[in-house]
Amino acid sequence: MSLWQYANPVKFLALSERVQPVLWALAAVFVSVGLLWGFFGTPDDARQGSTVKIIYLHVPAALMAINAWFMMLVASLIWLIRRHHVSALAAKAAAPVGLVMTLIALVTGAIWGQPMWGTWWAWDPRLTSFLILFLFYLGYIALWQAVEDPDTAADLTSVLCLVGSVFAVLSRYAVQFWNQGLHQGTSIPVATGNRSVADVFFYPLVLAMIGFGLLFLALVVYRTGTEIRLRRTAALRARMNRGA
Amino acid sequence: MPELGKYAAEVLSAYGVSLLLLAALVGLTLLRGRAARRALEEVEAEAGRRG
Repeated sequence: MSLWQYANPVKFLALSERVQPVLWALAAVFVSVGLLWGFFGTPDDARQGSTVKIIYLHVPAALMAINAWFMMLVASLIWLIRRHHVSALAAKAAAPVGLVMTLIALVTGAIWGQPMWGTWWAWDPRLTSFLILFLFYLGYIALWQAVEDPDTAADLTSVLCLVGSVFAVLSRYAVQFWNQGLHQGTSIPVATGNRSVADVFFYPLVLAMIGFGLLFLALVVYRTGTEIRLRRTAALRARMNRGA
Repeated sequence: MPELGKYAAEVLSAYGVSLLLLAALVGLTLLRGRAARRALEEVEAEAGRRG
């Protein structure tokens, strides 16, 4: 029993059919409970007032925006090294999800920043690196669309993904690198464990983060299945046209 | 509905835009998936008929 057996599209589709109902159900439960608890069941912050409720969207979306790119990086490396088509298609499937997560992080950040910082936008290291990450997502998706041969598209987008990973890392650690700008430090630093979020806000936030992670997983598994079916359809059509 | 005070517009618009984007992402994903599934079934049936 090896993980690599799921590089076989038929086995991947069989597995995805089995796990998807569980993934969608868990994602719905965690996202709903996290957001509803955060919105209805938490008090205002002493300094930020009710805008603190934006944290339940902003932080999970930002987390998944970066993690989606890292997932694409791993899948791209597997494609480049082992030439498994499913991994290239999984990276392709994850990109629009990462794009939407990045957009949510940028939009909610701007809406939150306006009353707290007095501006919608600042050329702060973290904000700027996130904007560049957003542009990398757009470029990655456009490159897949622009190249006709799927293997060449997978090669080129994988290289772009490697380059974009620098900005994904910058997005994650920009605050530590430059220690300047408007954006605060990481709310929940995993390495030190010294989180700056009080318990009353922390627990629903964790549920929302788990929910966004599960939603990302459900979407990527489903979308990878779609990409496999589209590839198979194109191959069958090409074979029939050759035979006609 | 919780009392959102003077920041009600900011909080509600953040939730509105985000939930709209998530709903669009999930909806379009499911629609595209169903279309792909249907297209493959049709092509496989056609290939089967041709032998």
